[in-house]
Amino acid sequence: MTATLRRPPPPPARSARPRRQRLAADPAARGEAWLWIAAGALALAVLMIAGLLALILVQGLGTFWPGELVRVERGAETALLGEVEKSELYRATPESLGVRRRMLRTANFDLTGTHFHWVSDTEITREERPQWAIVAERSDGWGRFQGELVGWSVDGQLVERDPQRALAACAAEHARAAERLERRAELVQDEIGAANRAQEEARIELQRSLREHGPGAAAHRLLVERSDAEQALRDRQVAAWTEEIQALDAENARHALVLRAPDGREQPIAVDALVRAYPANQLGTLGRLGVYASRWLEFLTEEPRESNSAGGVWPAIFGTVVMTLIMTLFVVPFGVLAALYLREYAKPGPLVSFVRISVNNLAGVPSIVFGVFGLGFFCYLIGSSIDELLFSEALPNPTYGKGGLMWAALTLALLTLPVVIVATEEALAAVPNSMREGSYACGATKVQTILRIVLPRALPGITTGAILAIARGAGEVAPLMLVGAAKLAPKLLVDDTPPFLHPERSFLHLGFQIFDLGFQSQNSEAAKPMVYTTTLLLIAIIVLLNLAAVSLRTRLRRKFSANPF
Amino acid sequence: MQRLEPRAHQADTPRHGPLPRPSTATAPGTGAPVPGGPGDLGVPGAPDTQATTYHEVVGKEPAVIEIRDFSLWYGAKQALHAVTMPIAAGKITALIGPSGCGKSTLLRSVNRLNDLVDSVRIEGDMRLNGDPIYGRGVDVIELRKRVGMVFQKPNPFPMSIAENVVYSLRIDGVRDRTLLEEACERSLRGAGLWEEVKDRLPESALSLSGGQQQRLCIARAIAAEPEVLLLDEPCSALDPIATGRIEELMAELKGQYSILIVTHNMQQASRTSDFTAFMYLGRLIELGPTSEMFRLPLRRETEDYVTGRFG
Repeated sequence: MTATLRRPPPPPARSARPRRQRLAADPAARGEAWLWIAAGALALAVLMIAGLLALILVQGLGTFWPGELVRVERGAETALLGEVEKSELYRATPESLGVRRRMLRTANFDLTGTHFHWVSDTEITREERPQWAIVAERSDGWGRFQGELVGWSVDGQLVERDPQRALAACAAEHARAAERLERRAELVQDEIGAANRAQEEARIELQRSLREHGPGAAAHRLLVERSDAEQALRDRQVAAWTEEIQALDAENARHALVLRAPDGREQPIAVDALVRAYPANQLGTLGRLGVYASRWLEFLTEEPRESNSAGGVWPAIFGTVVMTLIMTLFVVPFGVLAALYLREYAKPGPLVSFVRISVNNLAGVPSIVFGVFGLGFFCYLIGSSIDELLFSEALPNPTYGKGGLMWAALTLALLTLPVVIVATEEALAAVPNSMREGSYACGATKVQTILRIVLPRALPGITTGAILAIARGAGEVAPLMLVGAAKLAPKLLVDDTPPFLHPERSFLHLGFQIFDLGFQSQNSEAAKPMVYTTTLLLIAIIVLLNLAAVSLRTRLRRKFSANPF
Repeated sequence: MQRLEPRAHQADTPRHGPLPRPSTATAPGTGAPVPGGPGDLGVPGAPDTQATTYHEVVGKEPAVIEIRDFSLWYGAKQALHAVTMPIAAGKITALIGPSGCGKSTLLRSVNRLNDLVDSVRIEGDMRLNGDPIYGRGVDVIELRKRVGMVFQKPNPFPMSIAENVVYSLRIDGVRDRTLLEEACERSLRGAGLWEEVKDRLPESALSLSGGQQQRLCIARAIAAEPEVLLLDEPCSALDPIATGRIEELMAELKGQYSILIVTHNMQQASRTSDFTAFMYLGRLIELGPTSEMFRLPLRRETEDYVTGRFG
C-alpha cells in the first residue's frame, strides 16, 4: 500500500495522450467508413450473383413443370385453353382500379398463329378446368396442341370415345409407333446414308481415275462399268428401302388422337407425330412429376426439334463438353511450356518483360477478334491447305476448310492461353527457391529439378489456371459463331463411320444455342423457357467441369504442399 | 568493377604453395602468441587487420577441401576477400561471424550453388580432395554429388519420405528397388530417423515435424555418400530439442564425413566443432581449434565476437 502511495505520479505526457484520444475518436482513422464501403461492395456483388442464379434456377427448373389447363370464354370471342404462364396487375388509366391479366400459353400455333394470349379478368364470362383437356406435344414442327379429348381414331374412324380407354389405346399404339420410327430412322440414316456415302466415294474414285488414266483409258472404262453396275444395285436397294419407309409411314398415319380445339375444330394428331400426351387436369402430383422427369430426360438425352425450341439439347451438351476438353488438351500443355520458358529459362530483361506484357494484353483482346483470326488462320489457311493435300477429291466442298470442332477448340485455346500462362507463371514463382537449391545441391540438373520438383510443386496453381481457362472457354460464344458452332448440325460429331470422332464437323454449342433461341428464333417468347433451361444447364456443366478440376487441385495440393507449420 | 586489392598477407599464403602455414605461432598449451614470432602480425591490435590469423595446428591435418585466395563478387560488390582455408578431413569445422560476413557465401561456393546467381564472379582456387572445384571442364553435377548440403530451413521435396531420401539416386537413374531400399534405410539410420519413420515411408515428407524434416534433409544429403557435408545454419529454424538431436547426429557423422557448418549459435559452435573459423566483412579473420578460438582467441575481433561484445 505504502509503495503504491509513494510511487511518483505518472508524467503528464500532454503531447502523447490527447493525440491518442483523438485517434480513437476520429472515425476516419478508425476506418469505420472504409469497412462499410468494403463490406457493402462485397454484399452487392453477392446479391447480384445470388439474384442471377435464383432467377435462372427458378425459371429454368419451372419450365418443364406441367401446369393445369384453364378454359376461358370471352363472350362472343373464341374461347381459349391454356396454361397460365404469367399473371400481373395493370391499370388502364392512372385512376382506375388494378385489373388482373394473365398470359395463357394457348399453343395450337397451326390454328391461331400464336403461342400466347393475354386475357384480362374483365372480359372473362366463364372459366373452368375441363376434365379431359389434353396437352399433346408434337414433333411435326407445330409445337404443342391443346384441346379436349374427342377420341382415338383408326383410318379416320373414331373407334374409341371413352377418354380413359382412348388414352390407353393411344399409349399402346405409341409404343408400337416408336418401334416403327426407330426402324425408319435406321433405314434413313444407316442404310440410305451408307448408300449415299458409297455413291460419293465412287464419284471421288472415278474422278481420281479420270485424272490418273484419262477418259479413254481401258482401266478407267473398266472402273466406270463397275461403278455403274454398283450404282444400279444401290438404286434398287434404295428403292426397296424407300418402299419400306413409305409402308411404315402409312401404318403410322392410320392411328391418330383426335382433340377438339377451343374454337370447336377437331384435329387428328397422328401417332408418329406425338411425343407425349397427358390429361393436364387429371394428373396428381406424382403424375406431374412423371411428366416433369420425362421432359428433363428428353431435354438431356434427345436431339432438338422445332428449330431448337423444343426437344433435347444432347448434341449441344456433347459439343460443348468435347470442345472444352479438346481446348483444355491444347491450351494447358502449350501454356505451361510457354510459362516454364518465361519463368525458368529466359534471362530477365526488357524482352522478357515485353513478352509478359504482351501475353497479359492478349487476355484483354475482344473474343470476336480471336474468332476472326481463327476463321482466317485455322479455317481458311490451314484448313484449306489440309483439304488441298489430303481431301482434294472432295473439293470444292471443304472438309477442313470451314468452321469445325477442331478449329473452334484451337481458337478458344488461343483465347484462354494468357490465363494459363499467367497462372502458371505465378505458380512457378511461388515455388520456394529453397526447393530448387535443394535439388541442385543433390546434383540434379535443371531439367530434373523442373520436372521432379518445380512442376509437381506448382501443379495446384497450374490446375487453377486450367480451371479458369475451362470456365472462360466453356462460356465463350462470340468466336464460336465464326469458327464452327452451328444452329443445326445434320451430322453428329461421333458416328459409326471411321474415324468415329469427326473434328472437322460443325457442332452445336449450348452458349450459341442460348443466343440463337433467345434472339434469332421466330418466336422468342415460346423459346424463352428453353433459354432459361439451357442457361441453367450450361452453368451446371461449367460448375461440374470446375468441380472436377477443383477436386483434382485439392488432391494435388494435399499431396505436394501440405505444410505442417 | 572492383578489383582484388593487394593483399598484405601474401607472404604467409603463397598462391599455389602448400597448405597455409599458421601465420601466428602459438605457444603450445597456452595459446598465447610467441612474442616476436614469425606471425606476429596477427597479435590483437596489430595494424594489419586484413590478414588471417591461423593457429599452429591448422594445416597439420589432412584437408578435404583446400581453399586458396578465394574471392567472390556479386556484381560490383565483393563478398569474399582472398579467403585461404583448409578444411580438415573427418572433422567438423564451424564458420562463425556476424550476418553478412560471407559465411554462407563461402559455404555455397564449395558446391558451386552460387553459380545460380547470374552476376557472380570468382577468383582463386578451391579443391576437393585435390580435384579442382572451379575451372574449365569441371562437371558441376558430379561435384555436387560429392558434396552434400543441408539448408537453413528444412526443404523436403513434395514427395514421399522414401523418395526424398533416394532423390539423388533417382536422378542418377537408379531403378533397382533393393538398391534404393538399402540406400533409404542406410541414410535414414545414418540420420537417426529410421526408427521414427520406418512405418510411414510412403507418406508425404511434408507430414513430418520441422526437426524430423531437417534430419530427413540430412539423410537425403548423405544418401549419395558425399565426401563433405555442408550445413548452412541447420538448426536456426528448430526448437532446442530438435537442435540437440541434430548436434548429436553431427557428432555421430563426424569421422565418416567432413562437415562444414555455418552457425550463428556460439554454444553450438563450441559444443560441436573441432575447428572454428571466424569471418568478418568477407575476410577470414582467424582459424583455429575450437577450444582455443573460444578460450584464447588471438585476435581482438574474434574475442569481441565470441564473448558477445561485438558492436
